[in-house]
Amino acid sequence: MRMPAMCRGTGKTGMMWILGFILLLIKLALVLAVLLGMAAALVLVERKLLGRFQIRYGPNRVGPFGLLQPVADGIKMLLKEDIVPASADRVIFMLAPAAVAMTSLLIFAVVPFAEDLTVRGRRIPMVIADLNVGLLFVLAMSSISIYGIALGGWASNSKYSLLGGIRGAAQLISYELSMGLSLVPIVMVSQSFSLVDIVNAQANYPFILVQPVAFLIFLVCSMAEANRLPFDLPEAENELIAGYHMEYSGMRFALYFVGEYVNMVVIGSLLAVFFLGGWRGPFLPPIVWFLLKVMIVPFFLIWSRASLPRFRYDQLMHLGWKVLLPLSLLNIVVTGAVILVTGR
Amino acid sequence: MAKEESGIAKTAAEMVKGLAGSYAGTLKHLFRKPITEQYPEYKKPLPARSRGRIILTVDPDGDERCVACYLCSAVCPTSCISMESRERDDGRRHAAWFRIHFARCIYCGLCEEACPTLAIQLTPDFEFCKDDILKFVYEKEDLLVNHGGRNQEYNFYRHAGLSEKGEKGTHINEEPPVDVKSNMP
Repeated sequence: MRMPAMCRGTGKTGMMWILGFILLLIKLALVLAVLLGMAAALVLVERKLLGRFQIRYGPNRVGPFGLLQPVADGIKMLLKEDIVPASADRVIFMLAPAAVAMTSLLIFAVVPFAEDLTVRGRRIPMVIADLNVGLLFVLAMSSISIYGIALGGWASNSKYSLLGGIRGAAQLISYELSMGLSLVPIVMVSQSFSLVDIVNAQANYPFILVQPVAFLIFLVCSMAEANRLPFDLPEAENELIAGYHMEYSGMRFALYFVGEYVNMVVIGSLLAVFFLGGWRGPFLPPIVWFLLKVMIVPFFLIWSRASLPRFRYDQLMHLGWKVLLPLSLLNIVVTGAVILVTGR
Repeated sequence: MAKEESGIAKTAAEMVKGLAGSYAGTLKHLFRKPITEQYPEYKKPLPARSRGRIILTVDPDGDERCVACYLCSAVCPTSCISMESRERDDGRRHAAWFRIHFARCIYCGLCEEACPTLAIQLTPDFEFCKDDILKFVYEKEDLLVNHGGRNQEYNFYRHAGLSEKGEKGTHINEEPPVDVKSNMP
């Protein structure tokens, strides 16, 4: 945002600055509410969908069709006792869940979610912060979120949690590299790190058409990024009981889950922005298109959870280092060659 | 080199085929009707011999069948059946009191198998949870029903008869007793 420049002004510009600030707060509140609401709804959607995948009804007892299940879950989580194990590292133990939820929410700050609004000749950008290094910010934030997992696992002082944390960190290294590299061709084609510019560059066609390989790599990496099947090694239930969040209870446990589900939505929005043209689409309003595209990744992740078994630890390493990394490097080289030849 | 490449291509093709197969399988099930039975709304009819709450049945005349032989109590693996036997004036044995602790009962059905008079029987009813464990102690009044359970016609005493009270020679078709000392030749 160009706030500092406005800030120097006086009188009318000062008034405009205050209005802009209020507008920003409204946008923040709106995005936060929608994002957390979607995360809560996604818990129900996941249980419902997973149920139907396994030819049973999911939760259908709380409210009509089980629609009030997220409310019941929330109340339950809030009222549960917040247990800190006696031998845990108290401060880190209590802070770690926030790192996961916070970073997931922060990523959404750079995601444009609709077309710019024009009110009385003034453009209101439908993005909280149009950083010119937005893509790097996204990658940095998604890397920081692993601290929540690794530190939470370490601070619990439990062998299962520690194993989960170590696996989380190792998993991060093996997929984050290919994930970052899979986005390099997007930057090369759109010639910008800003997510707003990337969406604008897809005015004519979405990048999935020109970068299908990058799309596939990003999709596979997004499963690992969300710590979900088939890459849910940090919390592998039948090996590590619950992995890194085994010792957590109450709202801290819920924070990990909020982080995970917000992460699903955020990855969905990133996929929409990078490959599917963001909010662009015919007939329907931009925000509807955006939400529709965002829901593709959560649906795919839930579908994968119903379909695929968990990868073994070394299989994940194999896939990350020997398949995805060379493939994404090759994709960069080919994209570069094509740009060089066609000259755009 | 070419051979190796075809090997990689083959492996990749197999991998894609396997993935597509599992995704297609789950997607097919997404549109199937769930097979869940919604329990409290729909109660599946249970087989007549399924083992649930225990009852004490009566014979066709309306008299209780239990003869307080203690066989059920003896065979019970959790010792949840207890009783005290008593004899009625007409010679029928019965339980003065009869008690089953259902919180201890494991519904194994051994009591039913042991019972010589078909008195104790298990019913398909299983929905009788309580908020207090002591409410599971069922007395004879709670256990007795006014029907014969699975065998309405059976009447133990019609086969076995009663141990009659009264002097020798007073029973039906009985010769008067002989005075052995006066029975001189």
